[in-house]
Amino acid sequence: MTEIAQRKGAGTLRLAIPLVVFALLVFFLWRGLWRDPREVPSALIDKPAPDFTLPVLGDATRKFSPAEYRGKVWLLNVWGSWCISCQVEHPSLLSLAKMNAVPIVGFDWKDKPEAAAKWLAQQGGDPYALSVTDLDGRVAIDYGVYGAPETFVIDRQGVIRMKHIGPLDEASIKDKLLPMIRKLSQ
Amino acid sequence: MIPEIGQIALILALTSALALGILPMVGAARNDAMLMRQSRPAAFAQFLFVALAFGCLGASFVANDFSVVNVASNSNSELPLHYRIAATWGSHEGSILLWTLVMSGWTGAVALKSRTLPRALAARALGVMGLINAGLLLFVLFTSNPFLRLLPAAADGRDLNPLLQDPGMVFHPPILYTGYVGFSVAFAFAVAALLEGRLDAAWARWSRPWTTAAWCFLTCGICLGSFWAYYVLGWGGWWFWDPVENASFMPWLTGTALIHSLAVTEKRGTFKSWTVLLAIMTFSLSLLGTFLVRSGVITSVHAFATDPARGVFILAFLALVIGSSLTIFMWRAPRIGLGASFDAVSRESMLLANNVLLVVAMAAVLLGTLYPLVLDVMDAGKISVGPPYFNAVFYPLLAPALFLIGVAPLARWQKSPIPELATRLTWAAAVAVVASIAVPLAIGDWTLLKTTGFLLSFWIIAAVITAVWMRLSAAPQKSIAGKLRANPASWYGMHLAHLGIAAFVFGVTMVKSYEIEKDVRLSFGQTIDAGPYRVEFKGVADEVGPNYDGVAGAFAVTRDGKPVATMQPEKRLYRATQQTMTEAAIDHGLTRDIYVSLGNMIDDKTWEVRVHIKPFVNWIWLGCLIMAIGGGFAIADRRYRLRKSRATETIAGGYAPIP
Repeated sequence: MTEIAQRKGAGTLRLAIPLVVFALLVFFLWRGLWRDPREVPSALIDKPAPDFTLPVLGDATRKFSPAEYRGKVWLLNVWGSWCISCQVEHPSLLSLAKMNAVPIVGFDWKDKPEAAAKWLAQQGGDPYALSVTDLDGRVAIDYGVYGAPETFVIDRQGVIRMKHIGPLDEASIKDKLLPMIRKLSQ
Repeated sequence: MIPEIGQIALILALTSALALGILPMVGAARNDAMLMRQSRPAAFAQFLFVALAFGCLGASFVANDFSVVNVASNSNSELPLHYRIAATWGSHEGSILLWTLVMSGWTGAVALKSRTLPRALAARALGVMGLINAGLLLFVLFTSNPFLRLLPAAADGRDLNPLLQDPGMVFHPPILYTGYVGFSVAFAFAVAALLEGRLDAAWARWSRPWTTAAWCFLTCGICLGSFWAYYVLGWGGWWFWDPVENASFMPWLTGTALIHSLAVTEKRGTFKSWTVLLAIMTFSLSLLGTFLVRSGVITSVHAFATDPARGVFILAFLALVIGSSLTIFMWRAPRIGLGASFDAVSRESMLLANNVLLVVAMAAVLLGTLYPLVLDVMDAGKISVGPPYFNAVFYPLLAPALFLIGVAPLARWQKSPIPELATRLTWAAAVAVVASIAVPLAIGDWTLLKTTGFLLSFWIIAAVITAVWMRLSAAPQKSIAGKLRANPASWYGMHLAHLGIAAFVFGVTMVKSYEIEKDVRLSFGQTIDAGPYRVEFKGVADEVGPNYDGVAGAFAVTRDGKPVATMQPEKRLYRATQQTMTEAAIDHGLTRDIYVSLGNMIDDKTWEVRVHIKPFVNWIWLGCLIMAIGGGFAIADRRYRLRKSRATETIAGGYAPIP
């Protein structure tokens, strides 16, 4: 009797295996939902921002390099007139600029200066303190840029402290960007 | 107006699905014939309303109604008509609507064909399908409504993703979904039978044609997708172990196992719990595939829908459907009982071994697909799993499975003495070994891997010929036609499908072993030699398409000075999306494809050019097609129709025989 009961118990246990495996699967899928598979951690976090000297958009005589902003917390925002997501991101950048929390430096990537200036004029405002032009995309390689838009937060010592991939929106500005900026500005 | 009609039709479809999911189920539990009888009208109503909704969406695309968000985001006034129709299922919302349309179609078909089945079983099976479809319709209505309006209307649409603007894309999703979703029939029958507590040969016989039909569609769908990747993505590959490809391949693997397991259950009455589990697993993997693609948890070229709300909904749905069916399985399976016993060497044991290999292969694919996600969730780092892993685990699992394809059809049920089996197969083995060494030697170089590939392919062919020969020569009829007619269509179907596998393996081995790839820069007038072919770059010319601008190259291919083909690969820039697309030019042939595509322009007269010679590559898809045709033969078997009346009688008598 007991032996049969035991065997029956073992059998039921075996029948539960598919359900247990499936429950485990659901757990991982659930957790996976809240992660972005495209978000690859940047190797540059907590490393000095790579140096560059690039011409400023709309002012052929001026050049910009990160050393100019030493002592300030600032943002470097990668965009291009060819980039659809940048168009989506633009209103958020405009409202961020209105807060006057940090200067935003635009990084016009693989673009034609005329097309870039025209695009910027059509967006209902220019959130950038200035924009540099990286025509052949060489500096972008130093920054590990693999898509636009991307945004870097750079601290007073010129160290990259954060990188946001994809368009910024109200939520990511409020929950991610501003807390970091406040922390760095103290 | 039309989108609103579609919206109302969707809501009516949902109520029909709920009626279908609840009334017959309650009726079956209470043995209330009146309630059970509601299943068929509800199934037909559901199909009509979903079809109406789908038609409304299609009409909005055809009419360029850019006041519908979905149309504005996925179409354009310059888009040709056939792609506007295909754009109906080119978006996330549209493809889920297609899913429910296919689901309603299968449900309607089951309703039509189930009149001869025991009433309670048919009512429960239809009820399960209704519940699944109700979940999907809720998903459409709450998270993915294709009829949302855009006010004011957009002036023009953003255009369909250029990757999808291809004849293959018109057919690939409907056929693939028909396959995916078709497994819901086997699933519904399995759950219904579990609820009834009666899993017998009759249940297996009803499930078989439905499962085989779904499998045929899935085979064709995967085949089309692979063919599409080959000529559209512009890299000349035909399978990338991409998560979305894996998502369709996993149900195929377990579906193949299910077909074989159902055969054993029908003929021998054994493997019952295993068959039920496979039926649940196969449809679960179809649902999981939908989740993986639609939730964006895994990066892939296909992941164009990333929205946590949708992910949460599908995951909850997945957990409910699969979790409850596995719970019912756990609860009811102990009552199933064992069937006839069999020897360690018998057709049963070989089919079981094949089943295990297929399921382990599926588990390996699943592991490779989800491993990056699992590591990420455990904060163990970001990785990606690529072809080296899949190739390393897949070939060793596949080789014994392919070997068994040759043996099992010749083995006897219950007990198959090894000496007898060996005698039957000596001739086939000898021919396969000699041919698999001779072929690579004749072509020029010999390696173990090539020989293994050829060996498995030739082995299957030789064993199939042996099996057919033995059966036909043993038939009592005198004339060849009489001998041929003496065997059922499903028997021919099986051998045909196995020959399809052989053709597939042959094609893969040929391409992997002997393909020639040349990536070069060529100026106008220069030539490049690839194998026996000489390819001359004549120049490029501008072209204007309906919704794109581009350049078309001109290449002349010759062999020994004789012209073979002129080829025009293109580079297109789609106006609305500003995306560039590479359209390779392919000269198809039974023994080789010549593949030419344009890379980047280097200067006015020089381009990067990719020239591939792919021997026997079309056999890969031809093999899949032969497999599907084999499946078609199996469904066409007269047995399924003749036995229907008998099945009803035996069930009325309370038990079903094991033939």
